[in-house]
Amino acid sequence: MIKFHDVTKEYGGHRVLGPVSGRIEAGGITALIGPNGAGKSTLLSIVGRLMQPTSGGASVDGLDVRTAPTRELATRLAILSQEHRLDARITVRDLVAFGRFPHTQGRLTFGDHAHIDRALDFLELTGLQHRYLDELSGGQRQRAFVAMVLAQDTEVVLLDEPLNNLDLKHAVLIMRQLRRAADLLGRTIVIVIHDLAIAAAYADRVIALKQGQIAHSGTVEEVMTAEIVSELYETPVRILEVDGRRVPVVMP
Amino acid sequence: MIAAPAQQRQAAGARGPRPWALALLAVGTAGLAVASLFVGGFDIDLPGLAADPEQLRQFLVSRVPRTLAIVFAAVAMSVSGVVMQLLTQNRFVEPTTAGTTQWAGLGMLLAVLLWPNAPFLTRLVLATVLALLGTLAFMAIIQRIRTRDKLMVPLVGIMLGAVVGAVSTFLAIEFDLLQSMGAWRSAGFSGIVRGYYEPLWVAAIVAIAIYVLADRLTLAGLGRDIATNAGLDYRTAMLLGVSAVALCTGVTSVVVGFLPFLGLIVPNLVSMLMGDDLKRSLPWVALTGAAILLLCDIVGRIVVAPMEIPVSVILGVIGSAVFLAIALRGRRAG
Repeated sequence: MIKFHDVTKEYGGHRVLGPVSGRIEAGGITALIGPNGAGKSTLLSIVGRLMQPTSGGASVDGLDVRTAPTRELATRLAILSQEHRLDARITVRDLVAFGRFPHTQGRLTFGDHAHIDRALDFLELTGLQHRYLDELSGGQRQRAFVAMVLAQDTEVVLLDEPLNNLDLKHAVLIMRQLRRAADLLGRTIVIVIHDLAIAAAYADRVIALKQGQIAHSGTVEEVMTAEIVSELYETPVRILEVDGRRVPVVMP
Repeated sequence: MIAAPAQQRQAAGARGPRPWALALLAVGTAGLAVASLFVGGFDIDLPGLAADPEQLRQFLVSRVPRTLAIVFAAVAMSVSGVVMQLLTQNRFVEPTTAGTTQWAGLGMLLAVLLWPNAPFLTRLVLATVLALLGTLAFMAIIQRIRTRDKLMVPLVGIMLGAVVGAVSTFLAIEFDLLQSMGAWRSAGFSGIVRGYYEPLWVAAIVAIAIYVLADRLTLAGLGRDIATNAGLDYRTAMLLGVSAVALCTGVTSVVVGFLPFLGLIVPNLVSMLMGDDLKRSLPWVALTGAAILLLCDIVGRIVVAPMEIPVSVILGVIGSAVFLAIALRGRRAG
């Protein structure tokens, strides 16, 4: 379970987030949505201890992310941020193998190779595993980073816009894998996502942020209403029901 | 789930040359080392070594130390280069383009000025400490610049190095040490003898330490976020890496002098062939560096025999050409 309380983040006196408090129950997929600059990535980075909050704190499984040893945290939570080095000449397989680093400190066992093979297979990267990252397309590279995080095999997985650069097929491929990890393995997955249709299709819960505050929080049914979404993005949006699912549609 | 066949697993990450290629490189480098032992003003050959005590003495006092010094200095500079390039995520950074070497030079000069009669170790320590501080300052500056232009980073380093070099030159003029500065700038191995080269063993030890830390440094090279996600203490990894570079550069600067470009060309050549995974590339970096420096030194000894061209001059000529080639290639690739 993830908890955060009174979290704020300021840059040069300008507050970009908070104060926000909340909790994300264990299990399932939670989508963080909201307009640009709402503080989604900031909140995710603070929970994932990639960024220090100006005030407040967060905990994962009862471990305070600011004080717990980063190595111990790495066995319980995995976080993928948005910016990656693009010109690294590391093979896809070696990158995914670094997902096992928190568990092995570099000495891979047979079981680790099984994790790596599975993550590569899940993301359809087995054929690309010996390619260098700088030889891949943006979407292939993005899948490799997601595979690394999945190979880390942690209870909590935080992903900041993992569908960037991905075509529909691979976006759905990743969301299906995340759904599977949540359903079969009971993983807690939090994902910053801009595609509302995909968020509505795969998430269990939605947290909507706006101007650094949590505007709405609840199940997909509760948050994905025409009124809330239109107000959140200050754009007219209609919600269709297709086979009992919510589908947000933009009105031209 | 799909279990990868054993064959595939064996080939895991297998890219670039096969293992025997590394053995071949090792044999080639060893060959150059042997050649280096038998080239020089004083005629030394195998039968002579067995029969003539004077030849044997020359061999042990001058030739063996010289060859070992070349190998260790090459390992120091090329390993420093590959570590710097990982940590800065920039292929143009190495001790001479980050100002590290110039700081080491300033440290050495200060040691000579402040404690003229102090032991060799003082110079070594001061050179290493200033190299460390200077490199940390450089890292702090480039993290603040956050430019997209990869060439900006070495330009900042070269500029910083030039400022530090100017301070050194000013001090040298003031205190009448310009001549020894000049000798230092044109590094060569002609003066290396027994009892003088031994600190360079530190470079070999540091290279082994870096091999042990290879996975951590590769992770740090993937960026702060990915390193932290993997449970690595990013700051500690950076500090260890920079300290290793400072130590290698400090020792090499004090014993040999200014060896430009080696840390630039070797890691770039190896990266093209082997990629950036340090555990895999480090042996290649060390051997390629040694081979190139041995070759440059042998050429320097042969072309104007019985005189010598300092190895730094030959390195500078080859290195600047390769630097330009890499820079232009990088520009084309975007």
